[in-house]
Parts: sequence; C-alpha cells; structure tokens
Amino acid sequence: MSFDLLLEAVLFGILLGCFYAAVSMGLSVSFGLLDVPHVAHPAIMVLGAYCTWVLGRWGIDPILAGVILTAPFFLLGMAVYRFYYEAFEKRGSEAGVRGIAFFFGVALIIEVGLILGFGVDQRMVEAAYIGKSLSFGDIRLPMRTLAVFGVALAMSAVLTLYMSKTFTGRAIKAVAQDEPALRLMGANPVRIKQWAFGIATAAAALGGAMLIVIGPVDPGMDRVYIGRTFAVVVLAGLGSMTGTIAAGLVLGISESIVLIHPDLGASWAPAVSFTLLLVVLGVRPQGLFGR
Amino acid sequence: MRFWIGMAITFAAACGIVAFVNFDYLFFAGYTILMFVMLATAWNILGGYAGYVNFGTPAFFGLGAYTAAVLYKAFALPLPLQILAAAAMSGLLGLVAGVLTMRLRGIFFAIATIALVVIMETLFINWRYAGGATGLQLLRPALTPPFESYIKMLFLLMAGMVLASIALARYIERSWLGRGLRALRDSEEAAECSGVPTLRLKLFACTVSGALMGACGAPMPMYLSFIEPASTFNLNYAIGALASPMIGGTAHWLGPVIGALILSTLQQIVTVTISSEMNVLVIGVLLVVFIVAAPDGILGLYKKIMAAIRK
Repeated sequence: MSFDLLLEAVLFGILLGCFYAAVSMGLSVSFGLLDVPHVAHPAIMVLGAYCTWVLGRWGIDPILAGVILTAPFFLLGMAVYRFYYEAFEKRGSEAGVRGIAFFFGVALIIEVGLILGFGVDQRMVEAAYIGKSLSFGDIRLPMRTLAVFGVALAMSAVLTLYMSKTFTGRAIKAVAQDEPALRLMGANPVRIKQWAFGIATAAAALGGAMLIVIGPVDPGMDRVYIGRTFAVVVLAGLGSMTGTIAAGLVLGISESIVLIHPDLGASWAPAVSFTLLLVVLGVRPQGLFGR
Repeated sequence: MRFWIGMAITFAAACGIVAFVNFDYLFFAGYTILMFVMLATAWNILGGYAGYVNFGTPAFFGLGAYTAAVLYKAFALPLPLQILAAAAMSGLLGLVAGVLTMRLRGIFFAIATIALVVIMETLFINWRYAGGATGLQLLRPALTPPFESYIKMLFLLMAGMVLASIALARYIERSWLGRGLRALRDSEEAAECSGVPTLRLKLFACTVSGALMGACGAPMPMYLSFIEPASTFNLNYAIGALASPMIGGTAHWLGPVIGALILSTLQQIVTVTISSEMNVLVIGVLLVVFIVAAPDGILGLYKKIMAAIRK
C-alpha cells in the first residue's frame, strides 16, 4: 500500500471518526453514564434520519432539520426513560435481561415501522454541499463529509462542555458516579436521568441528520450502527466524552484503512467495528479512558 | 413418565402425519415452526436458565448450516454426519465465545454476541469456496426408501431433533446443572461463594446452547437446496429465538416451546396473509408487551390465574 493512499485513508478516517464519535455521544450518555442497555439508540438515529428526509422534502436544509428535530426527540427521550424506569428500574430484580430485550423490541418496532412507512429503498437528501468535493493536491474530500465533520466537531464540543461545566451536566455525572449519595443530598436522581436521556435522544436525532447527509439511509441501517456506536462507547471507557472522540477516531481510521486496502475492501468493513468491540471487551473491558 | 409418554405420542403423531398426509406446504411450514421451537429451546438453556441474553443465534445457526453445506459439497457427507459436525462446530464456537466473554455480563455479553453474528457473516461472504456473497446451489441427494418426498424426511428429522433437545433441556433444568445455572442467574457472586462452579457451568451452557443451534441449522441448506450469507445470518433468527421464551416463559422447558409454537404459527399466518414485514412488527410488539406486562410469560400468567381461581 503506497504512502499517498495511506495518507488519504488516515485523513478520510479522521473525518469519518469524528462522525462516529458524534453519533455515539448520545449512547455515551444513555449507556455509558446511565447504564441503560440502550440497543435502540441506532434505531432512533435512523428514525431521526427519516424525519430529516421528510423535513427535507419541504425544503429544509438537513442540518437545520437535525437541529429542529432535537426538540421533539428530547421530549421523546424523556418519555422513553420514564416508561423504562416505571416498567423496569423501579421494580429492580431481573431488569437486566428484560431491559435489553425491551430495547431490542423497540429497535425492531422502529425498523419495521420505517419499512412499512417508507419501504426498503434507500433515501437521500439534497443540499448545496452534497455531491461536490474539495481537492487538496491529489487528495479529494467530499464536501458532505466535511460538512458533517464540522457539525460533529461542534456537537462534540458543546456536549463535552455541557457535561463538564454546567450544573446539570455535573449532576448527570454525579448520578453516574454515586446515585445513593445524590439521593441523600436531597436531589431526585430519576429527574436528572430523565433529563440526561432526553439529551441523549436529542443527540441521536442530530446524529441521524448527519447520517443522511453523509450517505443514503435505509431502515435496516441500525444493525451496523449497533456495532459502531457500542464499539466507540466501550472503547472510550463508559461515559468519557473526550474518550468518545478518541475512540471514534480509532474506529474511523481503522475502517477507512480496511476500506482502501486492496486485499480487503468494502466487504470486510462492517466487521471492523465488531472485531474492535470484541477485542476491547475481551482484553480491556474498561476501555481506553475507563473509570 | 408422563413426559416420556407425551414425547412418544408426539413423535408417533409426526410419523402418522408424514405417512398419511400429502400436502407439501404443510411440511414446509411445519419444518419452520419446529425449527423455531428448537432454536427457542436452545436459546433458553443459556438465556433463560443462566440469564445471559444471547443475540448470537444466527451465528451458531449459520455456522451449523454452512458446516453442513461445505461438508456436503466437499465429501457428499450424509445428513446425519453433517448434523453431528455442525453441532460440534457450533458447540466449539459457543465454547470459544464463552471463554472470550468470560468476564462480561448483561448488555456487554449481549453486544458481544451480536458482534459474533456480523463477524461470521463477513467471514462467509469472503469465503469463495462456500459461495461468497452470491451463495451456493446444492443438489439434494437421492431419497432413502421409506420416504417418498425429501421435505417429509426433513420434517420428521426436525421433529426428532426438537424432541431430543426438549428432553435435554428438561434434563438440564432438573439436574444440579439447572440449579447451578439458576443460582448464577440470580447472583453470580453468591453462587461462586457457595461453591457453585459458575465459570464451568456458564461455558457448559454456552456450548450446549450453541451446539443445539448448530444442529438445528444443519438441515437448512438441504431444506432450501441453497445457502447464502445474508439470509443465513439474518438477525430474525435471533429475534425468534429470544422472543419465544420471553413470551412463553423462561423458567420452565415448556415456556419456549409454547412461545415458539404460538409465535411461529402466527408468523406463518401473517406472512402468508399480510406481509413478512408485518410479521416482524407483530413479534416486536408482542415481545415488548409481554416483557412489560407479563414478565414471566404465558406460563407465569397461567400460574397466576390458577392461583387466583383456587382462592
């Protein structure tokens, strides 16, 4: 493999990696911090992508649509968490098995609902920055990837700052660290978690908008993204925001090297994230920046 | 004793149907239903008794199917040997997966098993000899005398395998193995402290569950005369195998059987009358409703109702 090709792969991997980090941010909060086995996160993302597509048909720019969608998805997330809490967390015992199966069922319902509503065909959006590309010498980078890169950076920065600087953000981290202590201080952990889950779902909506900007979307896409998002969150070390960005970059670069490699190519790419996930789980379950 | 009489009657009934009914669709549909009963029973050994959620059913099922197909292509091995080899391979995969995920619990274990499916699928997509992404066409061998059609033979074979796996699941449930698995489901630390060999039991459950799924997948290439990665490693097998015990009840061997019979019969009806998407939606909705409203499944509901009547 030539040096130029490798350089291009790494460069493209960095752009892709930031995107992976951004779509995993929500899961990093809901699963990493709140310990909710949220296997439906990628399905919610794909739902967000389809909502973006619907708004796009009314002439709304996909990224603007993603930002608009964060509001209804925030409420949706609060409702989902409330339901999950009442049905499982409150009752305590055996929440593990049933909680996972519950979110699996939710993902299934979203996926089939989208198939029934929109069919199995791929959907894409149109915008000024989609379809063009920028050239730097020999290296050509598609504008759509650059646009998503920008949004991903902004979103990651906002979420990281929110979690570390604001009162609510710190409260969410406090719930993750020691819930009984928080309860003893007189705070209501359920309300904080509900808020956090809302943020996670809003992040998934914006992630969905990025997903449909970066390429065409179909209803079954959540299955690949289960691997990608969980690989990033586990590799990051549950709930670490800076870790999420680093892990996203690791996944993005390894995937794009496999993609460009002459002997491997696209048919091996889906296995990259899952292999990475298995290796991390087997060797270092606490991740790179584990608590 | 009543159990064994019931088993004998069921098998005799299956033989009777094969001998006297001549309606091929019945056997095609019946084979699928029986297959899901076997997958659900196999899933429940690890998922129900030990409480480890396994999304990896397609990996074990698919490895079994591919083992059978490749052995048939290479050596024209007869079906019983294909099944044994498939069970051995998938059992081995279960053991390896169990060792790899030794330290994992709950959601981490579940995600690791999804990873297994995608990795297996990618391997077989890239393996030319096994047909790659386009698949492999297989010619069925000549029929052996007592059977007049191939699908009838497969139906009877699957019925036999289902009954055998139910007997095995029941044996595990009632022996010290089942008690140990239940102990580690409720609290792995407490079980370990009381001298239950949790790790060995877990590996045992992974291996047996995987081997049964592999055996269940082995006749699939012959059933379709074709094998191809995307449908063989389809997550729908995982959904069926997981939803059936959850709906029927995970504590008793009868739970997955009842759940799978109801679900896959419903599935056949909905697929034929409406659409196959609708059938996945029905499973999804039923799964969520049962998990939330009836955590112990149909068997749990039945017990509750009986208790209420006796009062």
